[in-house]
Amino acid sequence: MAVFLTEESRILVQGMTGAEGIRHTRRMLAAGTNVVGGVNPRKAGLAVAFDIPGTEGRGSTPRTVPVFGSVREGIEATGADVSVVFVPPAFARAAVLEAADAGIGLAVVITEGIPVHDSVAFCAHAADRGTRVIGPNCPGLISPGRSNAGIVPADITGPGSIGLVSKSGTLTYQLMHELRDIGFSTCVGIGGDPVVGTSHIDCLAAFEKDPDTELIVLIGEIGGDAEERAAAYVRDHVTKPVVGYIAGFTAPEGRTMGHAGAIVSGSSGTAQAKKKALEAAGVQVGDTPTDTARLVLARLAERATPSDVTHS
Amino acid sequence: MDLYEHQARQLFEEHGILVPRAEVTDSPGRARDIARRLGGRVVVKAQVRTGGRGKAGGVRLAEDPEAAERTAREILGMNIKGHQVRTVMLAQPVDIESEFYVSYVLDRAAGRFLAIASAEGGTEIEEVAALRPEAVARVPVDPAEGVTPQKAAEIVRAAGLPPRSADVLVRLWQVLIREDALLVEVNPLVRTAQGRLMALDGKVTLDGNARYRQARWDGQETSHDDPLEAAAAAKGLNYVKLEGEVGVIGNGAGLVMSTLDVVAGSGARPANFLDIGGGASARIMSDGLSVVLSDPAVRSVLVNVFGGITACDAVADGIVRALDAVRPTKPLVVRLDGNNAARGRAVLAERAHPLVHQAATMDDAARLAARLAHIS
Repeated sequence: MAVFLTEESRILVQGMTGAEGIRHTRRMLAAGTNVVGGVNPRKAGLAVAFDIPGTEGRGSTPRTVPVFGSVREGIEATGADVSVVFVPPAFARAAVLEAADAGIGLAVVITEGIPVHDSVAFCAHAADRGTRVIGPNCPGLISPGRSNAGIVPADITGPGSIGLVSKSGTLTYQLMHELRDIGFSTCVGIGGDPVVGTSHIDCLAAFEKDPDTELIVLIGEIGGDAEERAAAYVRDHVTKPVVGYIAGFTAPEGRTMGHAGAIVSGSSGTAQAKKKALEAAGVQVGDTPTDTARLVLARLAERATPSDVTHS
Repeated sequence: MDLYEHQARQLFEEHGILVPRAEVTDSPGRARDIARRLGGRVVVKAQVRTGGRGKAGGVRLAEDPEAAERTAREILGMNIKGHQVRTVMLAQPVDIESEFYVSYVLDRAAGRFLAIASAEGGTEIEEVAALRPEAVARVPVDPAEGVTPQKAAEIVRAAGLPPRSADVLVRLWQVLIREDALLVEVNPLVRTAQGRLMALDGKVTLDGNARYRQARWDGQETSHDDPLEAAAAAKGLNYVKLEGEVGVIGNGAGLVMSTLDVVAGSGARPANFLDIGGGASARIMSDGLSVVLSDPAVRSVLVNVFGGITACDAVADGIVRALDAVRPTKPLVVRLDGNNAARGRAVLAERAHPLVHQAATMDDAARLAARLAHIS
């Protein structure tokens, strides 16, 4: 089992025929993801041919992916249950509303630069329809070796026992790289915008239930109080070990640091406050990504030497 | 993007919220003329995008046009919390009977907007909120329904505002939605001695992501105080100037923020935040390096790239191109990992520039860049 995705996940790509859509659909297919169709009302009935490079230089495989006029048609024809959204910001709101109305279970919104009012509208609408939104402005999620819905590079690491949830795409990759020898059950990039569909807490809850996840890595950054709320959730509901990392200790007040949501306003949203809250909840917090990886390895080593061995 | 008070005021007026008569100027002489037009007695208000203007002496009453000119001259050029006063607004004074507070703010946790309103405090709202939280009403707004007259009446009841302020609440919601604002605040909303409800001061923060459909503010964008920030913005780079000596360039906001922290942990101070973004081309890398190297405070540069979408060989090509174009005199530490990293490292190794050092990890790279900043 993996979190939010399975090997059986059948994926539609909204915006597949655009430059980004084509590029990342090819990468998803190469990672073994079951991409069953694209959506573009102006190109319905066409199909896109992909040449999927084989592993270890073993030639390439042609794959053809049909384009549907709407998410509903795509679902009817293929049984799709996940949509990955690559459409430009001006059309993202309509795309997610359409996916939710068509009854998709999971909408992964990669698009960057969506106005907050649009995110508020489609996150609320999707929640009403029972559709989980991941993102916007996120790298998506990957269950290595099983499925990859988004833009996370699939070759950093393989399947393993760590679950990872992060506001930042590149820090997701960095930690996957640092812990490549252990591997991951699922890595979820929830995005750094002020309003996102899936929170750290949603992912913590899913990892807690996931039998393949032994330890959870939580990556946060300055802005908002999502990490503080996640800390309270860990304290009250999570039995698995959690290791954290927070970016932005040196960020000055009032300046947006890249992500739309990454801003320290007055005394709120500081990295220091987030670290303190996590530590108070029993989460070990690393000083750097490498230090965080070291803490993870140490926790896993502790668990590998069970304390409840029966001596004969 | 935070608007100036006079811009916020303009939006309120356009949406039918009553505001005092006022005009803006950057000249003391014209301040005198404006005061005369407004009836002689005026409030002179510094226009800066920060709070606490009153306490800093940036808001003063002038009894006649001569006083208005004198006061404008004193306030123009003042520095309030690092913001230079370039313009003043002169406004007709209002006889205040009572003061209220109303705003719509984004509740990130709930993913929706929240009405915050109080019949107490006005300008002292933060103290009221801290000392008597029950005096401040917080009412979530359903994004699909928005603030209807019924919803506004609910907010009015919860906060104990005068019933007629429901109309202001509906109009203020229109400002939020139609202008793509992330925050609208009227503080204070006053009832005048004549019984009218008027927005005496206000704050509006617009959503930079919505600029494509709110083109009216183009060109009124924050004038970058720092010339390097202006140069970077012109090249479309995501750059923030900081106070230190190690220039930091990386891909992805999270990784760059993390790199700043690692540099700080290595005993140096980051000179800037520069995110070349996802899928950066050689040209973007080269542009970024040029901007960072032209900062005289920079003593070494750290390039930290984890190639996901970004290809490390393109980054290396950009560095090589910048070496030829900029001819740096400061050392560069480069850490490349991920997509095409081996090819990227080979490109740099082959160029063998004496000022370019490669490091195997982010921590090593930060330590080396910190050390080079102190010895160069």
